[in-house]
Amino acid sequence: MSHTVIIGNGISGVTAARHIRKRSDDRITIISAETDHFFSRTALMYIYMGHMTYENTKPFEDHFWSKNRIDLMREYVSTIDYAKKTLQFSNGGTLAYDKLILAVGSKPNKFGWPGQDLDGVQGLYSYQDLELLERNTHGPLVKYPVKKKVKRAVLVGGGLIGVEFAEMLMTRDIEVTFLVREDRFWGNVLPKEEGELVARHMIEHHVDLRLNTELAEVIPDENGRAKAIKTKDGETIECQLVGLTAGVSPNVAFLRGGELEIDRGILVDEYLKTNIADVYAIGDCAQMRNPSKGRRPLEQVWYTGRMMGETVGATLTGTPTPYKPGYWFNSAKFFDIEYQTYGTVPARDLDGLSEFYWEHPDGKICIKIVFETATRRFHGINTFGIRMRHERFDKWLNEERSVDHIMEYLADANFDPEFYRKHEKAVVYKFNAEQGTSIIPKKRSWKRIFSIA
Amino acid sequence: MKSIKRIGLILLIAGISIFTLSLVFPSYEITDYTVNQHFDPIIHGYQVDLKKAAAEGDTSAVTQAKIKVDSYSALRDRLLTTKGDYGVNFVAVSSAIRTQLNEHNEALKADRKGDAVIWDAPRDFAASIMRPAAAGISVGMKGLLLFLTFGLAMIGGVMYILPNVVLMGPPGIKNHHVFHEKPTNRGWIGWLVFVWLVSFYILLYFFPDYTLGWVFPTDPASQFLKNQDASRWFLYGLMYCSVMTVMAIRMYVKYRNNRYQIVRTSSVLFFQVAFAFLIPELLTRFNRPSMDFKNIWPLDYDFFFNWNLDQLIAEGTLGVFMLVWGIALIVVAVPVFVYFFGKRWYCSWVCGCGGLAETLGDPYRQLSDKSVKAWKIERFLIHGVLVFSIFMTGLTLYTYFSGVSQVAGVDTYDVQKTYGFLIGSVFSGVIGTGFYPVMGSRVWCRFGCPLAAYLGLVQRFKSRFRITTNGGQCISCGNCSTYCEMGIDVRWYAQRGQNIVRSSCVGCGICSAVCPRGVLKLENGPEEGRINDNPIIIGKEGIQLSTDVTM
Repeated sequence: MSHTVIIGNGISGVTAARHIRKRSDDRITIISAETDHFFSRTALMYIYMGHMTYENTKPFEDHFWSKNRIDLMREYVSTIDYAKKTLQFSNGGTLAYDKLILAVGSKPNKFGWPGQDLDGVQGLYSYQDLELLERNTHGPLVKYPVKKKVKRAVLVGGGLIGVEFAEMLMTRDIEVTFLVREDRFWGNVLPKEEGELVARHMIEHHVDLRLNTELAEVIPDENGRAKAIKTKDGETIECQLVGLTAGVSPNVAFLRGGELEIDRGILVDEYLKTNIADVYAIGDCAQMRNPSKGRRPLEQVWYTGRMMGETVGATLTGTPTPYKPGYWFNSAKFFDIEYQTYGTVPARDLDGLSEFYWEHPDGKICIKIVFETATRRFHGINTFGIRMRHERFDKWLNEERSVDHIMEYLADANFDPEFYRKHEKAVVYKFNAEQGTSIIPKKRSWKRIFSIA
Repeated sequence: MKSIKRIGLILLIAGISIFTLSLVFPSYEITDYTVNQHFDPIIHGYQVDLKKAAAEGDTSAVTQAKIKVDSYSALRDRLLTTKGDYGVNFVAVSSAIRTQLNEHNEALKADRKGDAVIWDAPRDFAASIMRPAAAGISVGMKGLLLFLTFGLAMIGGVMYILPNVVLMGPPGIKNHHVFHEKPTNRGWIGWLVFVWLVSFYILLYFFPDYTLGWVFPTDPASQFLKNQDASRWFLYGLMYCSVMTVMAIRMYVKYRNNRYQIVRTSSVLFFQVAFAFLIPELLTRFNRPSMDFKNIWPLDYDFFFNWNLDQLIAEGTLGVFMLVWGIALIVVAVPVFVYFFGKRWYCSWVCGCGGLAETLGDPYRQLSDKSVKAWKIERFLIHGVLVFSIFMTGLTLYTYFSGVSQVAGVDTYDVQKTYGFLIGSVFSGVIGTGFYPVMGSRVWCRFGCPLAAYLGLVQRFKSRFRITTNGGQCISCGNCSTYCEMGIDVRWYAQRGQNIVRSSCVGCGICSAVCPRGVLKLENGPEEGRINDNPIIIGKEGIQLSTDVTM
């Protein structure tokens, strides 16, 4: 019986294991140094805020793993002998494999700032980071409330983890100063209007947002603990915690220096194979040698990890399957405002593309649609404060529909809860006025939505 | 703002404490007058029967009526002679009265005079003697006490809730510290509330003699509504409506970003106050049969009991309308509305039990057990209760039409009594609401309600309702499962891209509301494609992996 070993029990590794189990009787072992069981990393913030317990973040009950004959090991892999197909653990133990899947995830970026390794400076990625945050802010996990240690925190880097980090800290009455290098929030992803909308909302939540501001150094107190930061403009901001949230990068340090080819991440072909036989890499740590059109070589989001896990699961069970992610989609939540995106909406440089933007008067709901100027083909959409139907946009993208078609049938794509106010009329009204079109929005049709002939 | 909250909390706790203590406020001085108040109308009634029977020359009826007159007179005389030894304390007085009743009956049984035994429920009998005999602040200052209990608690509750509009920041659901704080994480405050609620229900259901102290202050409200003094059920109804009103305000504040929740909360509040409380009380005022027009058999388990059927038929047009209405709800409204809207039209929009769960229960919804094991127990229990209720009602109707009260050695009235005690009182009340702070807000609805089981069967097999999963957007965070009061592991379906079609789903919409990625939507779409056991998660081309149900 072939033995597949998976390093990493995140969404990628666990999805791979589940799909291998569905399709074969191979022996499967998942190794993690982080936790005994798979939990949803995206829910770490909810544990800190008290919305959930750690138990609530486990997508499968503990008996699931033995029932499905997936062995779980809590070990730290220190080295891999690819020739002997053996893993070496930090405690001296070893484990042989026939096939190896590396799903080792990411770690928070540190860009060599002076003081970045001081006490009270941390990222937020792993369960251990969460425990550290509890110690850094209040004391041991779950003993809340205790005496306040941190009055102000400074977050460095304006992206998703940053805004979640800010939301978390504010539930403990910690003031947050947020340093963002770009001229807008999440500037490498969001266009100007959307970045401004999120920024407004963060300020409404009393986040001290500093755009165009970079960290110069973290200043220690006499005990080697962060007590302030200095910006590149020379301003000093007192703080008791520094959150490093300037993105993540593949957690591959322990794999470097061997035969395994690594660039920023572990290099893989379209079958998610590395350069070494029977060794695969998936999820955050995998870097595509030849990404599909419109996709980036490293895509560190939940969905790509899950899709890679499914794909490698098929490949390893006799159905070699190339990783072909379809059209890009993503979502997030910025405090109270939800964000979804389908297709691609560039943050800058609309090369050959046109855009249409509608914003609700309350400033918390907006739609940005990008289309090809010449052909009017729909290219992508950002929505804030409105939920959209993934299946609809995936279909429209695959059918290469025009922006005008999407405007006409926009109501079919609305995924807001019942009784929510509809905005299609206002959106299309503005679109017609700007584009000189005379589109009449169609009413929602279940027949179309559920593709009933 | 924070100090308003603090004052509100103090008032709330004060109101609840005074209410709790008001149990011991009244003292009872049994006098000739109070004893006669109970017995005179009863004895008079039998004397009328006696005269009528004598006039008709019906000798056996004469004998029966005479036995009753003698028995009640003897019991009255017992009380009149012993009343000086009862003391004034409610426990002692009740105990003494019940002792007299018991001794009276035992003596009759010893003399083989079974016909003369008085079958009154001892505690109801005691309460009836005690009620006119009460004295003290509860009787003297009912209005003041009503303000100090209901008034303070409601004002305090609202003061505790409203500042959250500002304190919790912009609209949006903030479940901050739900699992950190002791009332909502099964901490000691949660357990204290549990003990209070369970004790309250036990006293309310089974100790009418002890709970008079709670009832007196609601007399003015009862007098206002129906020109009668309050019963314990009036107290309960008033309390139910008051609690729901305050907690509905909490819902409006907490979920003010979500119009589905606003509309739904208004609906349950309306049906409780108007249909479950005001209309039945007003019907009583006008000497009509009282009916909650939204209560449906088998939740309304005594709808087919012979006393109810007799009462409705005797009433004439209105009664027959009520009978037809009640049956139409069962055979037409349930299947038709569930087909179009799912069981939510009832469970989270109309039902009183659901209404309490969706308001008072909301802070506890996260405590429901999501394990597969709990699901198994749930299916066994709830369908068991449904079968029990059908069996009980079947016997009841058989007895009603045939006049035979024993079927194969099973006595219909025993089965009714057992059902009423086990299901009607213990399960739906003591456990159903009492267990909110430890097992979540829908303990009764999930594990016990036979109507929910019936609605659920229709929802599972013949309905347009489902919760649609939005393509591949789920991040398995678990907010949906955590906040599902019915203990449905919503995430299990969402992360596989599968629609949620579950008999237990009451359509409260909170899973959709707390989802950070816009994954879930309650929909009444076409039946076709509603159940997708082998979903494809969107986002990947090339392979289509079918997924079996167990993984």
